[in-house]
Amino acid sequence: MSVNITFLVITGVLLATGFYLVLERTLTRVLLGIMLIGNGINLLILTTGGRRGAAPLFQAQLPAEEYSDPLPQALILTAIVITFAVTAFLLAMIYRSWTLTSADVLADDTEDVKVSLSSAYDEEEDSPVAEDTTEFVDEEGRPVREGEE
Amino acid sequence: MNFLDLAPLAVVLPIFGAGAAFLARRNIRLQRLITIGILCLTLLLEAGMVAAVWGGQSYAIHIGGWQSPWGIALMVDGFSSFMLLISTLVSLAVLFYATSQGLADGDEPGPVSVFHPAYLILLAGVSNAFLAADLFNLYVGFEILLTASYVLLTLGATAERIRAGTTYVVVSVVSSVIFLMGIAMTYAATGTVNMADLAVKLPQLDQGPQLILHVLLLIGFGIKAAVFPLSLWLPDSYPTAPAPVTAVFAGLLTKVGVYAIVRTETLLFPGGSVNAGLLVVAALTMVIGILGALAQTDFKRMLSFTLTSHIGYLIFGVAVGGPLAIAATIYYVGHHIIVQTSLFMVAGLIERRAGSANVTRLGSLAKLSPALALLFFIPAINLGGIPPFSGFLGKFGLLHAAAQEADALTWVVIGAGLLTSLLTLLAIIRVWARMFWRRAADAEIPNPMLVDQWTKVTEQTTAGGAKNPHLGLKLAREMEAEALPWGMRYATGSLVAAGIALTVFAGPIFDFCQRVAVELIACEPYITAILNY
Repeated sequence: MSVNITFLVITGVLLATGFYLVLERTLTRVLLGIMLIGNGINLLILTTGGRRGAAPLFQAQLPAEEYSDPLPQALILTAIVITFAVTAFLLAMIYRSWTLTSADVLADDTEDVKVSLSSAYDEEEDSPVAEDTTEFVDEEGRPVREGEE
Repeated sequence: MNFLDLAPLAVVLPIFGAGAAFLARRNIRLQRLITIGILCLTLLLEAGMVAAVWGGQSYAIHIGGWQSPWGIALMVDGFSSFMLLISTLVSLAVLFYATSQGLADGDEPGPVSVFHPAYLILLAGVSNAFLAADLFNLYVGFEILLTASYVLLTLGATAERIRAGTTYVVVSVVSSVIFLMGIAMTYAATGTVNMADLAVKLPQLDQGPQLILHVLLLIGFGIKAAVFPLSLWLPDSYPTAPAPVTAVFAGLLTKVGVYAIVRTETLLFPGGSVNAGLLVVAALTMVIGILGALAQTDFKRMLSFTLTSHIGYLIFGVAVGGPLAIAATIYYVGHHIIVQTSLFMVAGLIERRAGSANVTRLGSLAKLSPALALLFFIPAINLGGIPPFSGFLGKFGLLHAAAQEADALTWVVIGAGLLTSLLTLLAIIRVWARMFWRRAADAEIPNPMLVDQWTKVTEQTTAGGAKNPHLGLKLAREMEAEALPWGMRYATGSLVAAGIALTVFAGPIFDFCQRVAVELIACEPYITAILNY
């Protein structure tokens, strides 16, 4: 099977950017990421059909290998419809989230917050950002942070 | 005309029912009637299907008479019909529960009237996924059930549900995308998506591409089945939904993923090339899940963690392979669906009875709500794997099958399984002692209503200086009947009874599972049924 390398590269770029966006906390970016991923996958399915050929309508003289493969296109059609429905639902949900919290950012899970506040939570071990991230120290060797003199 | 030719109705009936229920959205009573009627019909159909394949038969239905592998085929064999029957049984019980709750609360037609159509579509998607005999149809089944589940999870659209829903939707979409990627690559490599055809063509591929396709499909299904490390979305999203929705999700959704994993491992990639990896993953799923459960104070969250933890047993069974292990896995799936759903229904009852399902606020429930205590206790010790219940039988079958393998890694996983079983029991007993047996006043955050009721019941018991336990019990039962509509109690009770039936009839059911497992491992009946048309 011959493969269109341009399509594969574009698929790779779409998927990479899409997954990067999905990892954001901003819901709109997540949505954009999902749309990019959806398109990337559709392109990938299209590539599986092999090289282009005649429209898959029966012609008496044409040998079988001259037709293009209709199945990937049918698959893409289904996938597009599904992505469309999910996108619409996500948009509604993002709008609802914005109405409720007037923020476009995913809220923290309340139970996770509780666990983080419980005694098992160790500030030094579990803190997501280490306290001393600066390499600058003052005369006594204490770390200097921005906005501190 | 074979009776099994009616199998597509398992998908078609709920879909039509959903349409009819949606048309009747202004009339909630008609909607309930349609939904219950459709589910009863589907249940009858599926009971007939299980009876027809009881002796071990694989029957393929070629939709529209198209020859395989070009047309769409559906597969009715022991495994798919067993899963269909259990899933419809569970959804019918939950539907009665939801209906009774709705009747008690006097719900009005409004945005919530979308519940019944979405519920039926969910069931149609689940049935489609079980029957599908080609990968793309399986994907469509997944999408149907997922889209319905998005709607059900965010019913009412409160802030908390939207937050949980966002995580759930995004994770599900990503898993579907990975599955779709797997399908695309499978098609590129073999030129077919028909599972019987794939079973013939995949082994002809080189090891490398085979492994990529295999792992890609497993990751897609693993997210849906909530296998560690892809399971952490589940405890964050399930507990916020309404009680009936959580109950049906807990029973069905992850098990569709497990079903797909079993098919992948037995039919598409039967060599067991990733079994070592699956064993490690199974052990981690079990142990980490149950450690999470021990840390929770919210009962529904705790149940969600035990849910993911016990998925590990199923993956364990698949990883061990062999007829006995697969048979035990199938039996354990049935047990897991019924027990987890009934426990989530009990969680809903507790929430209704005491106003909260948070263990720190509860106490005295054994005294105040004796029927609830019984409904909790039976599935809870069943989950904990206490003999003679089905949980014990399933785990025993799995560990027995695994012990015959005599391999160092397998022994480690057996150890993890036993540890998980023990810790499940600990988690359950801790909750049992705290929610049901300590005094309500001793709770970390005492619930004034429970404390008040406890005083009243105690007064009744000791009224007139003599001990009158039956008077106290009578008062407690009255209070319970007031808080919990009979329909909700009986719906939960019937599912608890189904769990007991799975224990009582374990002999014939396990024999059936063994016949199914032999057929699954042979692959031959599946392939010939579909390709010889």
